[in-house]
Amino acid sequence: MSETLSAGSPTGGSTPLMRYAALGTSLLATLFGLLWALNAADTGMAIHGWIFTLASALSLGYLAMNLNPTKANPFEEVDQGYNFSVVRFGAVASVFWGVVGFLVGLVIALQLAAPALNFDWPFTNFGRLRPLHTSAVIFAFGGNVLLCTSFYTVQRTCRTRLAGNLAPWFVFWGYQLFIVLAATGYVLGISQGKEYAEPEWYVDLWLTVVWVVYLLVFLGTLMKRKEPHIYVGNWFFLAFIVTVAMLHLVNNMTIPLSLTSSSSVIVWAGVQDAMVQWWYGHNAVGFFLTAGFLGIMYYFVPKRAGRPVYSYRLSIIHFWSLIFLYIWAGPHHLHYTALPDWAQTLGMVFSVMLWMPSWGGMINGLMTLSGAWDKLRTDPVIRMLVVSVAFYGMSTFEGPVMSIKAVNSLSHYTDWTIGHVHSGALGWVGFVSFGALYCLVPWVWGRERLYSIKMVSWHFWIATIGIVLYICSMWVAGIMQGLMWRTYNSLGFLEYSFAETVAAMNPYYWIRALGGLLFVIGSLIMAYNIYKTIRGDLREEDLPTGQIAAA
Amino acid sequence: MDYHQVAQFSETWGLVILLSMFLGGVVYALWPSNKSKFDQAAMLPLDDDAEAQQ
Repeated sequence: MSETLSAGSPTGGSTPLMRYAALGTSLLATLFGLLWALNAADTGMAIHGWIFTLASALSLGYLAMNLNPTKANPFEEVDQGYNFSVVRFGAVASVFWGVVGFLVGLVIALQLAAPALNFDWPFTNFGRLRPLHTSAVIFAFGGNVLLCTSFYTVQRTCRTRLAGNLAPWFVFWGYQLFIVLAATGYVLGISQGKEYAEPEWYVDLWLTVVWVVYLLVFLGTLMKRKEPHIYVGNWFFLAFIVTVAMLHLVNNMTIPLSLTSSSSVIVWAGVQDAMVQWWYGHNAVGFFLTAGFLGIMYYFVPKRAGRPVYSYRLSIIHFWSLIFLYIWAGPHHLHYTALPDWAQTLGMVFSVMLWMPSWGGMINGLMTLSGAWDKLRTDPVIRMLVVSVAFYGMSTFEGPVMSIKAVNSLSHYTDWTIGHVHSGALGWVGFVSFGALYCLVPWVWGRERLYSIKMVSWHFWIATIGIVLYICSMWVAGIMQGLMWRTYNSLGFLEYSFAETVAAMNPYYWIRALGGLLFVIGSLIMAYNIYKTIRGDLREEDLPTGQIAAA
Repeated sequence: MDYHQVAQFSETWGLVILLSMFLGGVVYALWPSNKSKFDQAAMLPLDDDAEAQQ
């Protein structure tokens, strides 16, 4: 049957009816995009209308040419009936967006050190590039890593093919379109000014559609599982998908100025708006950057170490305590503001309590290696995964400390916060993603191992030195900044002007940029290694004994 | 329903409901007869080399 033969292609496996329905939908979307582009109230909206039209037209063209898929899946033997094609696309997209996001991060780090690099041009201004960086690394890189690892894990641990045939492809390409709309919007100056939720109302609506389909694909796969128990990694992925949907909807309650305008007004006002924003913002950290990536940890660390998770019971308690506590921690972003004191204290107390599930999870991840500690020496991929868990432990210890009001009065609004975020983002999210990609790519392309294990080691060390430079410089800069802000002279006047604190931080900004550069170099080494692995090349290497074949 | 009623509910019943749901999760995790099920589940990533079952 041609349908099973071509199960590796996007339209393969689907029924003709579904393909025609998708074709019709793409046609409608193309017309809708045209209408929207031609009637746009502002330039930004017109450009986005054209991007949407182009994307829909590409989908239309592809579907029209593949209405009767006959091409065999070249990965038939690797896939064994699973849908790994979409996982392969997700892995490539992760590497691509990762490199882009890290590069933009380096650019804005250099802008802070040398403001002339803003070029006095609106499109390259720090204010526009900063959300480009945060969205590129969190949503484009992190999001694609979560998409491909969750699609891989849920299929493997449920021993069943991903639900839907066209739906996972819609999730993948729809999500890329969301990224492109968000990123181009920032550069054009389209933003609703909410941190980590900058995309405007129509991009939010598009993401909602994509996200609901993502949830349905994930749930559909869980429902047709062939294993009685749902593996704990999938619980974390599901919590990530469901909670992000809820956060996204509540935080983006906006009313557009008109249906063709790229601007909108938020329905929340005053301190309620601030509270909703940081309820969203902190849970984006908790459920996007933590729960989702813990799903990765619970699958990839045991798999790579060849040992079951240290304590499955602890993983369940880890899960529920994380879920029940994280959702209350948001108010710690609003200490000493108009937010009622009780809410600030509540946020602080829950943040401090969060330390327990975080470290429970860290211990569970690390102890999974008990009996296999030698792999830390022989397998740099395991080393990357383990160090990511160590960074998880470190940043989830630092976070509760910083949420304490007395500490926060020093740390808030300083670069200490930036250092804290990056020890979590580069150390935990970055490294666990790199480790997962280094596992995943040989698996889903059916390669014996990575092109080069030594390059993984280089990536690991260069990136680690980069992270250390980054977080140490930001500790020094941030604490210095906080102390300078609160220094009084003998007459009770502030000792330093604001500009003096900025000047004092300049050397540390250069050190931070150097750390970022090292991190970018590491990611380029990874991109090359993964490219060669996908091509099927193997670098001749003297590997230590006990080096595992990745497959 | 005004602010005080919502606050009153969340400070009393809300707390009881959420806490008992959480304790339910902990009891489920520690319940002795669930142990063998969890031991099997922990092996899921390791012996998943079988083909997909449709």
